[in-house]
Amino acid sequence: MSAKTLGNKIISGPHVGAPLQTYQIMRQVVWALLPACGVGVFLFGWPALYLLGVTVASALLVEAACLKLRGLPVLPTLNDGSALVTGLLTAMTLPPWAPWWIGVTGSAIAIALGKQVYGGLGQNLFNPAMLARVALLISFPIEMTRWTNIEPLFTGPGLAESWRITFGGQEISDAMTGATTLGLVKTGFSLNQTLPNLLADHSNWLSFLGWERGSLGETSSLVLFITGIGLWRKNIIQWHAPGSLLGTVFILALIGHLLNPGRYLDPWTHLNSGALILIAFFIATDYVTSPNTPLGQMIFGAGCGVLIYIIRAWGGYPEGSGFAILLMNAVTPLIDHYIKPRIYGRYRNGKPLDISH
Amino acid sequence: MFAFFEHPRLRGGVHTEERKQHTSRIPINTAFPTPKKLYIPVQQHVGKPAEPLVKVGESVLKGQLLAYSQGAISAPVHAPTSGVIADVRDFPAPHPSALPVRTIILESDGLDAWEELHPPADPFALEPEEICLRVGAAGVVGLGGAVFPSAVKLNLGRKNQIRTLLINGGECEPYLTCDDRMMQERAAEIIDGVRLMLRGMLAERAIIGIEDNKPEAIRAMRAASLEYSFISVETVPARYPMGWDRQMLRYLTGQEIPADARATDIGVVVHNVSTAYAVYQAVTHAKPLISRVITVSGAAVGKPQNVEAPIGTLMSEILAFCDTDSRKTARIVMGGPMMGDALPHAETPVVKACNGILALTEAEIDPKPVQACIRCSACVTVCPAGLLPLEMANRIRVNQLDSAVDIGLKDCISCGSCSYACPSNIPLTHYFKFALGELVKRQQAEHKSEQTKRLMDERNQRLERIRLEAEAEAQRAQEARAARLAAQKAAAAAKQETTV
Repeated sequence: MSAKTLGNKIISGPHVGAPLQTYQIMRQVVWALLPACGVGVFLFGWPALYLLGVTVASALLVEAACLKLRGLPVLPTLNDGSALVTGLLTAMTLPPWAPWWIGVTGSAIAIALGKQVYGGLGQNLFNPAMLARVALLISFPIEMTRWTNIEPLFTGPGLAESWRITFGGQEISDAMTGATTLGLVKTGFSLNQTLPNLLADHSNWLSFLGWERGSLGETSSLVLFITGIGLWRKNIIQWHAPGSLLGTVFILALIGHLLNPGRYLDPWTHLNSGALILIAFFIATDYVTSPNTPLGQMIFGAGCGVLIYIIRAWGGYPEGSGFAILLMNAVTPLIDHYIKPRIYGRYRNGKPLDISH
Repeated sequence: MFAFFEHPRLRGGVHTEERKQHTSRIPINTAFPTPKKLYIPVQQHVGKPAEPLVKVGESVLKGQLLAYSQGAISAPVHAPTSGVIADVRDFPAPHPSALPVRTIILESDGLDAWEELHPPADPFALEPEEICLRVGAAGVVGLGGAVFPSAVKLNLGRKNQIRTLLINGGECEPYLTCDDRMMQERAAEIIDGVRLMLRGMLAERAIIGIEDNKPEAIRAMRAASLEYSFISVETVPARYPMGWDRQMLRYLTGQEIPADARATDIGVVVHNVSTAYAVYQAVTHAKPLISRVITVSGAAVGKPQNVEAPIGTLMSEILAFCDTDSRKTARIVMGGPMMGDALPHAETPVVKACNGILALTEAEIDPKPVQACIRCSACVTVCPAGLLPLEMANRIRVNQLDSAVDIGLKDCISCGSCSYACPSNIPLTHYFKFALGELVKRQQAEHKSEQTKRLMDERNQRLERIRLEAEAEAQRAQEARAARLAAQKAAAAAKQETTV
């Protein structure tokens, strides 16, 4: 071998590469979200598909526009898949027959205000999809709480009529809508009804499978649970945040239900209602907005669980997942400041260990 | 359960692609021809460089002392073959900078003639001090990569009355198999070396930790140590950086070395298996450390294998011996791919620290663009030291080095696990190495400015003293003049009086 020089740039090890790339992680998350989206489209028909399409497309467009404005390369960043994930998650938290502009506004809030103004991927304080959900819920309470009955694909409105529902501003008659389980309970209590009456025709097993009114991608606990476990098995997410979140809600609901079964829902209904499973596996595990140590993630999850239960049981809104996540997002830097891993050879407070033979 | 969270036996680490299979099944090649010229740096160890005692033009025999150990922490170097000293001058060091260091250049005479050796009749009958003396005189240093003089460690062990000798056979770096092959082929010699070390330190027991991906080595070492009840061979899981001595120690004994202490403080000394072999050679055969086994691997190497080569051989010659395609070579690495150094070229000598030479192709390095941190905390999960690499890198990026130190920068062992695991390809380890270097630089600058300030102060004091002295002198002179004048006046008055 000749005296060949390989450049003078000093390169630090390691000289071999990472097994998993960011875009591959995002792609795995997208794959995990699709089954639940499929369930939503199946249950609520073509309008759900249109809404999903328009929300995801506008998420990508807004991302591209923001990148252009910031003078960054558009295509490489779009390819990282994070805008796709945000778009999907935003769509999944919307009522399935919501008009197109709800989806577009949601995506714009999520991407522009939720992510890009902070400096793009990895910089945002709040989960973009949850920020959009809460902003929409407060701004457009009527559209955001109009829950359609289940109209499985091919039995409900056809392609053209669905187009008018999503894009044409066609009114949805009251006969085609109803309340979610949590909404039913909340309004029922204000009419001084008790739980056994309210839940007379509620089937926990159907709601576990997803056969109930609700947001586009949140109804099927079963599918979300399976895909969430899949992500954990693939080491994309850790179990700490979902485990502590679901565990906390379960324990609080159990205590409440045992104390007063007429007033407080049972844990199983809690777990199967609203956005809980989606939140636990796909939002509380958001890398950017959750703590970066296992213990911190457990605290984060438990905090979300407590807040969700408080809002559901005593708050003004039937469902509190979005608010709970945003509030816990806000304390994530605090958790990260106080919860740090123990350094080798030191106590938690940073002092070296005592020498013991 | 809380205790488990706080004190796990094994923390962090990555499962790297091993790529050891190309070299782990081929016997060590001892047929490497002695090169015509050997380049022997006088510093191949931690501590003070050795001082050359040979002159240009002098003939030396194989094993003869070329440069003697200087100071408490240092090691001598010996002639790897017989020949003539051609020169003593600066030559590129096997370091990422390839900056020149003082090097003895030996021209081989092709005879490879040993000097007269004086092996002891029974090495195990030697006094412990004598064993340490012989290990030190043979220039044995830690061959796992740290190159700390072994005799210093043995003496330290004896003085601290250590109980356990941990022999590190982890070899967790991908590609490298030199320790693996040594254990497979020279197990009996290694065990003898371990026994000599135990005697040298007056220690009771030895634990040999070997990663479970080396079943042949484990079998060979178990067989060789069967008759010695005080030597146990333990299997450790293959997970980088298992070979970090503190990680292995914690795994095998549950003990953790305090951050401000050494292994000896908790009654343990850690040595590498190849070091044990070198100790055996030094004590039993009185042979100094003049050659070592090197793994030559990487996809650009045509015949990847372990080669036993003399210290001072140019890496380019070893690569050529193994049919390396220089056109395919994108990076030459000394050591393993995780912690090894990328060298600017291969015209630099093999030293005692060199356990591997890798000629990696572009496909193996596979450099990918750096992307935004998504706070996935993969780096936190894999860090064996329990640090927050992403947070430290953030602080270093905005030049807050002191605040990076506050969260543990100085506890970083530069193992590279975080960089390896990062899905956004952020060169975290590079940040930390930069910051640690920068801190040393700042400290030196601070030291220098303090020195300057001290000198300035001294000068001012000196000037002040001179000024005061001058003033005092002037005052004295004035007083003297006044006194003289008064005296004159008095004399004149007296004179007048007498005349009147």
